[in-house]
Amino acid sequence: MEYETVIGLEIHAQLLTQSKVFCGCSTKFGATPNSNTCPICLGMPGVLPVLNKKVVEYAMKMSLATHCRINRECSFARKNYFYPDLPKGYQISQYANPLAEHGYVEIEIDGGKKTIGITRIHMEEDAGKLLHDDHNSSSYVDMNRTGVPLIEIVSEPDIRGAEEAAAYLKGLHEILVYLEICDGNMEEGSFRCDANISIRPKGNTDFGTRTELKNMNSFRNVQRALEYEIKRQQYILEGGGEVLQETRLWDDGQGVTHSMRSKEEAHDYRYFPDPDLVPVVISDDWIEEVGKGLPELPMEKRERFVRDYQIPAYDAGVLTSSRALADYYEEVARLSGKPKIAANWVMGDVLKLLNEEKRDIKMCPILPASLTEMIHLIEAGTISGKMAKEVIEEMYRTGKHPKEIIEEKGMVQITDEGELTEIITRVIEANPIQVAQYRGGKEKVFGFFVGQVMKATQGKANPRLINDLLKRRLSEE
Amino acid sequence: MKIDKEEVEYVAHLARLEFNEEEKERFTSQLDNILMYMDKLNQVDTSGVEPMSHAIALVNAFRDDRVGESLSHGLSLANAPEARGDCFSVPKVIE
Amino acid sequence: MELNQLTIHELQEKIRTGETTSVEILQSVFNRIDAVEGVVHAYIALMRDSALEEAKRADLNIRGGKIRALTGVPLALKDIFCTRGFRTTCGSRILSNYVPPYDATVVEKLRESGAVFVGKTNMDEFAMGSSTETSFFGITRNPWDPERIPGGSSGGSAAAVAADECIASLGSDTGGSIRQPAALCGVVGMKPTYGRVSRFGLVAFASSLDQIGPFTRDVEDCAIMMNVIAGYDPKESTSVPIEVPDYREYLSGGIEGWTVGIPKEYFIEGIDPEVLAAVQNTIKVIEGSGGRCIEISLPHTEYCLAVYYIVAPAEASSNLARYDGVKYGFRSGAGNVQDLLTMYKKTRSEGFGAEVKRRIMLGTYVLSSGYYDAYYKKASKVRALIKRDFDEAFKLCDVILTPTSPTPAFKIGEKTDDPLQMYLSDIFTISANLAGIPGISVPCGFTRSGLPIGVQFLSGPFEEGKLFQIAAACERNAKIERRRPNL
Repeated sequence: MEYETVIGLEIHAQLLTQSKVFCGCSTKFGATPNSNTCPICLGMPGVLPVLNKKVVEYAMKMSLATHCRINRECSFARKNYFYPDLPKGYQISQYANPLAEHGYVEIEIDGGKKTIGITRIHMEEDAGKLLHDDHNSSSYVDMNRTGVPLIEIVSEPDIRGAEEAAAYLKGLHEILVYLEICDGNMEEGSFRCDANISIRPKGNTDFGTRTELKNMNSFRNVQRALEYEIKRQQYILEGGGEVLQETRLWDDGQGVTHSMRSKEEAHDYRYFPDPDLVPVVISDDWIEEVGKGLPELPMEKRERFVRDYQIPAYDAGVLTSSRALADYYEEVARLSGKPKIAANWVMGDVLKLLNEEKRDIKMCPILPASLTEMIHLIEAGTISGKMAKEVIEEMYRTGKHPKEIIEEKGMVQITDEGELTEIITRVIEANPIQVAQYRGGKEKVFGFFVGQVMKATQGKANPRLINDLLKRRLSEE
Repeated sequence: MKIDKEEVEYVAHLARLEFNEEEKERFTSQLDNILMYMDKLNQVDTSGVEPMSHAIALVNAFRDDRVGESLSHGLSLANAPEARGDCFSVPKVIE
Repeated sequence: MELNQLTIHELQEKIRTGETTSVEILQSVFNRIDAVEGVVHAYIALMRDSALEEAKRADLNIRGGKIRALTGVPLALKDIFCTRGFRTTCGSRILSNYVPPYDATVVEKLRESGAVFVGKTNMDEFAMGSSTETSFFGITRNPWDPERIPGGSSGGSAAAVAADECIASLGSDTGGSIRQPAALCGVVGMKPTYGRVSRFGLVAFASSLDQIGPFTRDVEDCAIMMNVIAGYDPKESTSVPIEVPDYREYLSGGIEGWTVGIPKEYFIEGIDPEVLAAVQNTIKVIEGSGGRCIEISLPHTEYCLAVYYIVAPAEASSNLARYDGVKYGFRSGAGNVQDLLTMYKKTRSEGFGAEVKRRIMLGTYVLSSGYYDAYYKKASKVRALIKRDFDEAFKLCDVILTPTSPTPAFKIGEKTDDPLQMYLSDIFTISANLAGIPGISVPCGFTRSGLPIGVQFLSGPFEEGKLFQIAAACERNAKIERRRPNL
């Protein structure tokens, strides 16, 4: 039987605020355990929460970027359960009245586009971290992460496969990072994903029994876990069995999902409105103000690059993979007036140099103006493309202007026909056998001559000029 | 009967409480009495009434995104029944 | 009269004129404590050392001419207010070793106004009770009759003022926990409007109902205390940013031309005849002072108790989830319990007393899957109707008058086996918490056997001024003799 996969994703993104959502503790990752804590985030008796306004604004940005309807009034609720990393015994979240609902994002899949619905986006607080020691009968609790602001983005069950899930995840990740509201670091847990997945015979409209997958801390693992789970569920159904509704943990090492049996108790979170927090009322003016601050989103940017700069979709994809890179490229394209050539240099040499040192484009020593200058020098024939490769490395290393480098190294291209003709004559005279071969029809030998001329000029000759002059000389007689 | 012993046991588990048999019996009957009394509320017509979860209607109480003072590390753990190194210590959590 | 028997304003006069010192006043308070605390047991813990230092500092300030609202006045704090570096137990075993690293906002404010803290007073565990019999640290006795309860939950704070073991004190009121013990101990007690006094640092019982207020010997002292503790606090989201007037200015106003509403639903069967007589006497005093008393109706009164005993336990079940033996407080068999679930259950079952567990159970039940709509949501809707009743009533009258409690102080142990009977002693005070409005209880007489009786005034939100005005007028005109308990 042929099956169809149905997936919905729940994504938790930590927001890049300075302070926590309900207290003034720092949100910095990696501090000494329990040092970014205060009576409020430790849930000490008598403390009260006050909402960080920036959390609302960041969450609104994401809501607008994903075409959600922002509710004019939303409120916080308590989700009650016991766990050592949850100091108050409840998590402050949103339940009946979330910040935003009914949105969507478009994803690119198989060269086409697909729309994935977003059910809701809400604000909540993160829990702390449990650390385990295999040699000991204790677990340890670090509350630094407690109260770090999160948004939860819940998708509709519109996703039809592991690949689509990965594309959706990448799409949301890219938007969050573009908006500069989340650093998107999956390993450090600032961007996390849980999945609800079921399968059903193709053509059916009822949903199959779903499992919830957790513990997938990379894009690759999300895809692998989903692929594994699809196969597992198929195997069960084909064997006449039934899929159990349960939570399963992805085991990266073994490449399988395991049932989380210890937590198999009915969840009864006893949500109720948090009496310590007041409703958030959002005016049209506030939405408009936040909307004005939204940057161009990656997909729009890609389409504009293809349209305005006439570059291939693939190149546009690479160049918009971060906002800073896109800005960099656009500046070079604009200054040079040569968007295609600019794209080649940025995607080729600039990214290669940055990647070698894992350096961010924001820290690139080659300024857009310098790169532009170099492109102009090539266009003017002052240096050859081959020389440029050497120049750009030097620019990267020293941050110097290309003209400076060329002067220092005496790298100016030989464009004087007389000088070149003399060199060509010498090369031809020194290689009579090859000349005979060429003239006998073996045209491949041409490259040999070009090489010899280049060698004699230490690479400084203009390649087009060499070609022209060589052809003319070899076809004489 | 509004509540039976089984439900009392379920609720006790949710609340992370445990009772001996005698306490269970007593709680069941006391809670049952109280819940019977609550039945009064069904006499009230509340159609079209918005639930009230705050005594005074306020909206939009915010703080600015500024980092304030955290507790010194020692004070965070000072009251811990058990701590080890920089962390609170609890019986092993099995996931 | 001894110094420890005076009011704040009387002491301030003596301090200003140099007739006495803060250290002397404190000494007389501690002498009294040493004499009667063995019987009354108003305190969980005394702050002898720090109090003496604070009194000495106050005297330095007085000599330097820096006299603030409460400079040198010995006060007591219910053990529900967090005090930096001083154990705060909430009357519970589960917090029996908890030392807060911060001061509650009200404690900060009192400190800044020069107050001297005598100690932390006894209370029903987590403020759940009406008799101060559920404290892990033992019961408190009524100074007027040690066989009887002082009321609760702030019984220790009320008894300490009544027994002259401090000059004034602070309590908290979730369903009557200031007003009821004030009435039963013969002192003045006010629950302000919700949002008027910051709850930051008040260990939460039911967050949407809790308010902080003073116990004092007279109405003027109550106004002095309120002037200090009221006001907006950015640390609390439900704190209301409205300016606080000088409440002392209302004291001499009189009530000529006022309309006082008498809700017929509050004059029920089961109300003690002596209580009724004392309240009726107050009505006469009001009419004699130029006020007009009219009958009004608060039609949803009979549902207040049911609503309260859903909403308060629901919030409490969540507020008390943090007591899990992980971060602070008591942990059962620390180190020996091998699994987490057992640690949770043993810690909470051994750490909480029976009444707290009963309310946690009730609250957990009414929020649990399948019952939320029938109980919590229904109660929240009826609560809106209760508030609407008051909105309507205050269109007809300036303030409302009711008995504070249906009976005078009852015997120790009399109601401990019947929770519902115990809950009924809050029947007149609960509605103000549900509606968020302020209320004050003032002494209005004594029973033949010498137990104090209180009358309650209620007003619209943020109209505490009106309450001071009518309470002061009654105090002046009723001419109730100033008795002291015979301890």
